[in-house]
Amino acid sequence: MTAVRREPAFLGMPPFPEAAHHALADRRLRAELRDTSRTSRSRRAEAVDELPPFVWEKLRRAGAVIKDDVIARLPDHLEELEGSVVAAGGTVHWARDADEANALVIRIAREHAAAEVVGVPAATTRETGLDDALADAGIRVRATAAANAGLTVRGADFAIAETGTVCAVDADENGLRSVTLPDVLVTVLGLEQVLPAWRDLEVFLHLLPRASTGERMSPYVSLWTGVTDDDGPRGFHLILLDNGRSDVLADRMGRQALRCIRCSACLDVCPVYTRVGGQAYGSVPPGPIGAILAPQLRGVNRHDVDAQTASLPYASTLCGACFEACPVRIDIPAVLAHQRAQLTDLGRGPARHREKAAMSAARWGLAEPWRLGLAQHAAALGRHVIARMPHVLAGPLARWTDGRDAPAPPPESFRTWFKRTNGGLDEGGSRDEVPGDTDDETAEGPSATPREEP
Amino acid sequence: MTTSGAPHDLPDTHASHTALEHIDLTGPGPHTATPGRAELPHRPPGLPTDAKAAIMDRLRDALADGGPPEPVAVDRGYRRLHGQGTDLIAMFAERVTDFRTLVARADAFTMVRTTAALLRRAGVRRLAAPPDHRLTWLTAAGAELVGEERQLTDRPRDRADGAVTGCALAIAETGTIVLDGGRYQGRRMLSLLPGYHLCVVRAEQIVGTVPEAVARLDPRRPQTWISGRPTAPAPTEESAPGPRTLHVLLLG
Repeated sequence: MTAVRREPAFLGMPPFPEAAHHALADRRLRAELRDTSRTSRSRRAEAVDELPPFVWEKLRRAGAVIKDDVIARLPDHLEELEGSVVAAGGTVHWARDADEANALVIRIAREHAAAEVVGVPAATTRETGLDDALADAGIRVRATAAANAGLTVRGADFAIAETGTVCAVDADENGLRSVTLPDVLVTVLGLEQVLPAWRDLEVFLHLLPRASTGERMSPYVSLWTGVTDDDGPRGFHLILLDNGRSDVLADRMGRQALRCIRCSACLDVCPVYTRVGGQAYGSVPPGPIGAILAPQLRGVNRHDVDAQTASLPYASTLCGACFEACPVRIDIPAVLAHQRAQLTDLGRGPARHREKAAMSAARWGLAEPWRLGLAQHAAALGRHVIARMPHVLAGPLARWTDGRDAPAPPPESFRTWFKRTNGGLDEGGSRDEVPGDTDDETAEGPSATPREEP
Repeated sequence: MTTSGAPHDLPDTHASHTALEHIDLTGPGPHTATPGRAELPHRPPGLPTDAKAAIMDRLRDALADGGPPEPVAVDRGYRRLHGQGTDLIAMFAERVTDFRTLVARADAFTMVRTTAALLRRAGVRRLAAPPDHRLTWLTAAGAELVGEERQLTDRPRDRADGAVTGCALAIAETGTIVLDGGRYQGRRMLSLLPGYHLCVVRAEQIVGTVPEAVARLDPRRPQTWISGRPTAPAPTEESAPGPRTLHVLLLG
């Protein structure tokens, strides 16, 4: 039996191009994104450059190898984790989907007669829509742990199979309070967040803070193994969440997305994300990693998917910056290309026919020199029209300017200039000179004489 | 058994397998399973199967195409120890200062005077201390000591202005102090409730890198790694503490 997966936050979300169009129209959003992503990029670069040469690359490779081992032997690691947690006095639960995870939290809350829980915001509980589910069940949710808070639900970053230790990396003290103050602590963890050995923390506590916030170490790292006498919660529940992760595992190319440690480094380097922001993706997480993870979690390799999901693998320029930034070397562009192929096989790729039409037009235009000349001449004539309304193109080209501003074509094509000036010789220049950059208003074509230095 | 699988109390698939084997071994007869038991592999519609077994099945199915996984060797050739000749004490002090946390260095002769100066600067007098802490130098520095137990009550007149703890170790490269509930550290609660935290770090407790720290720490202990000035939770909650201060007293 498989319950329908719940992604309540994103019901009715428009496909990426539509959502991106709205985001692009918001100039303030674009300016903010540009500033924050620039700051994050430089902080991250500083934190990485501070390490001796090659150390970062070696850590990335070690991180990728460890996570690939987790992925390849996930059932074994999870069995070991369960055994270690139980031995340390904790309780392990398994949830096939969001509804099951939420039902488990509600059941634990009711067992402890908790009318209110502290919910520390986390990727996994956002994914399952826990807050709404608790509200539906009549349980109040608070965001901050006060003294002796009863029951707290939170996520974590890693769980160590060998020792049963849960590790959470937090930006503020609320995270530490949430693992210290409550009577009962419930942690919702994705299946892929298991690490094999205690020692592996040395790699990921290097990689995560530097890749995530550009810090040498995150302000608070909390580690707890089961329950401890007289310090911290007396009840410790660990909910292991599948919710589509086993589907991701089924795709040999796509499963590397399960390496993700949610650092968000790929977001700030992505030319698409840094212009449209996170909302347009309609996925948890957003950005490049979301564009490969969300379609897999929603079954892109298994069955027909909705238009929003089908649009995500196209929300990228395939420039590769996300791969360079990823601390565990997820080859996001390769997975995106792979998913585009899957969608094409399903007949779901957007703009297939338009792309075909554009390619045949290009073939016609490039087949004979005179045809290219004609097209360039037409573009130069259209220049004055475009210069007056530079951001929008009409007809079949309109979709191109949905996502970018159109530059005005040059006043004269290279070919026309070459013919008019006999390759520059008639203007007195040498053949080494190239027509000037049309963005420079002083250079209307190549200048005849080199400017005298004063 | 503390492990709980499905949210419903149904027999798990292991039990049903056992019933099947029993049937297979003995064949039909008066001592075979009751008719109800024989139905177990095909569950009544609408009731979930055991979640763990179902997830494990899915994971094994998903991995079936890859063949048996080869054991991996992780290349730990990234730097595990800090380079020879680095002054780890100076590096730790410098990197903690990067967080705008005050670091004061002292030795056996100056620690009372230095502590008194730190407490004056923070404007605190009543300090909570773990029961095993050596206290004479603190009282000599002018601190009024409040037992850890009293600190944990909610009566304001018992409440301390801050806490003093030792640490398990400190990491030079990241400017991190690690508390693990060991000697001179008390419970996690102690470093959490008061608005001021004076952490005593002995020079020999400083290691160079994160791998060195992980190798020394005991995973069974609850740990808190603090890098930077403590931050209070969002000020929306009425019970949240005010601005917090961390001072590091570096001994040796």
